[in-house]
Amino acid sequence: MKKKQQAGGHDRRPGFWVYGILIAVLFGSAFPIWWSFLIGSQDAAAINQNGVNWIPGGNFLANAAKVIDTVPFWTALMNSIIVSTSVALSVVVFSTLAGYAFAKLKFRGREGLLIFVIATMAVPTQLGIVPLFIVMSRLGWTGSLWAVIAPAMVTAFGVFWMTQYLRDALPDELIEAVRMDGASMIGSFWHVGLPAARPAAAMLALFTFIATWTNFFWPFIVLDPGNPTLPVALQQLQAAHYVDYSLVLSGVVLSIIPLVLVFIFLGKQLVAGIMQGAVKG
Amino acid sequence: MTAAIDVDARSLRRIARNHRLNRWDVRFSPYLYISPFFILFALVGLFPLLYTAWVSVHDWNLIGGQGDFVGIENYVTVLSQPYFWTSLRNTFSIFLFSSVPQVLIAMGIAAFLDYNLRAKTLWRMGVLLPYVVAPVAVALIFSNLFGDRFGLINEILGGIGIDAIRWHVDVIPSHLAIATMVNFRWTGYTTLIFLAAMQAIPRDYYEAAIIDGANRMRTFWSITVPLLRPVIIFVIITSTIGGLQIFDEPRMFDQAGQGGANRQWQTLTLYIYELGWGQRNFGRASAVAWLLFLVIIVIAILNFVITRRIAGSTERRIRTKGKR
Repeated sequence: MKKKQQAGGHDRRPGFWVYGILIAVLFGSAFPIWWSFLIGSQDAAAINQNGVNWIPGGNFLANAAKVIDTVPFWTALMNSIIVSTSVALSVVVFSTLAGYAFAKLKFRGREGLLIFVIATMAVPTQLGIVPLFIVMSRLGWTGSLWAVIAPAMVTAFGVFWMTQYLRDALPDELIEAVRMDGASMIGSFWHVGLPAARPAAAMLALFTFIATWTNFFWPFIVLDPGNPTLPVALQQLQAAHYVDYSLVLSGVVLSIIPLVLVFIFLGKQLVAGIMQGAVKG
Repeated sequence: MTAAIDVDARSLRRIARNHRLNRWDVRFSPYLYISPFFILFALVGLFPLLYTAWVSVHDWNLIGGQGDFVGIENYVTVLSQPYFWTSLRNTFSIFLFSSVPQVLIAMGIAAFLDYNLRAKTLWRMGVLLPYVVAPVAVALIFSNLFGDRFGLINEILGGIGIDAIRWHVDVIPSHLAIATMVNFRWTGYTTLIFLAAMQAIPRDYYEAAIIDGANRMRTFWSITVPLLRPVIIFVIITSTIGGLQIFDEPRMFDQAGQGGANRQWQTLTLYIYELGWGQRNFGRASAVAWLLFLVIIVIAILNFVITRRIAGSTERRIRTKGKR
């Protein structure tokens, strides 16, 4: 892996102009986030005038308090945590099991079924939204978090990702050895498959968590206004305070703090995950 | 004597039973492990998609439920609505503004990240930062930046003597603003995919080209880009499937969420939402969903064929050059 990183096109240290361009790129990716704090910390009077006030105002906490008053912020935060955590856990469990089977177990139809799984990634399932909604209301699940969690409990991407990883990471001999010792199939998964899958499973959990946390379309349709996730609460905030961007953007800041914290601690892993996925996929 | 035989028979039976259990275990466990995906896909993926076709040939109300069979009436109705065609145009326009520049810019940034940089991880993390901001949040930030009256972008344009652009009124400007949101969030992600692919290119290719007198621009266009072919196809196909279903950004671009007073930036998914949950007409919403499904399939196939052909011809050129 280390060797590969050296195999890029350019070995010499680049000149300052390359760093200059990259600094501009970084500015582009950080500026809008900084901007939302800048506006979110002022008040309506300060932002609705010509000219930009580049110094953050002292109004952020007051704005945030107002946001929490206007929309069910704490409920939304809890819901986002519950939904994202349960979806991430469930995707990891089911995808690891399926990935283990596809990568390491022999069964009839294995290749065809795996191709089917991969092909489903190209199916725009979001377009089945109307019947999905009909089903959820028949079940009486509309408005409940179950309606958001259940459809996302295992993904084709997750299965594919774990299959790819386990194929190389887990030697067949290891499975044979525990099988000879009398372990059942699930026992050998538990003792050998799961430990080997850990790094990829952690990565999958992280990406699933982020995707679920930022998801809007389906929660917006199926959840009640009183019981939203964070992106749905942001939509309510916009509906309530469109003219006052200082409130709206302080709400935006509140809503992105959790994932920015995740990014600060695990951003390195995210980068590695995307790059590994790209080479294998 | 009889007791001993009994014991033997019993343990034999136990061994046989274990043997049988083990055989079932080996034979059925794999199917058991993969079944959750297939069951869930059948229930929340395949079934709803097919059932959409069924709903689309009925009168079907959000509250009242299923009504009469009406054949292709819903299709005829939506195809005669101007909003359907505006939405189709907007969907394509926003998609093009967000995918083409994104692929080009991402390739450029990736080429810079491919240098032997100091603090590599820092730069890579930097481009990925927008990925953790939810599209809804991105949309709110940018609809402020693109504000028609006090927006920062119009202020800057004013500063250099350009008249304020009516981002929330005119068609193309609104598409550009929405595409900017998409690009802001996804360019870094795409960049890292390209970067990974670039780093997998063997270094000797570049060395050989440089010995032959090629400069950096030339090696980029004649070695890097053609060898990224599979990755480019992958990125384009995945962005097609997602991009044509775009909802969050246009929904949040203004307060009403209907895609503008004259539906300047209404996309097909927004239209589905308006029909289904605004007008409570599930039949027509399903008709549009099914039409969009067909559009996506056709585009995906076209995409695949075209990119294959273009990239294929450049690769052949490289191969023949290599042989000389």
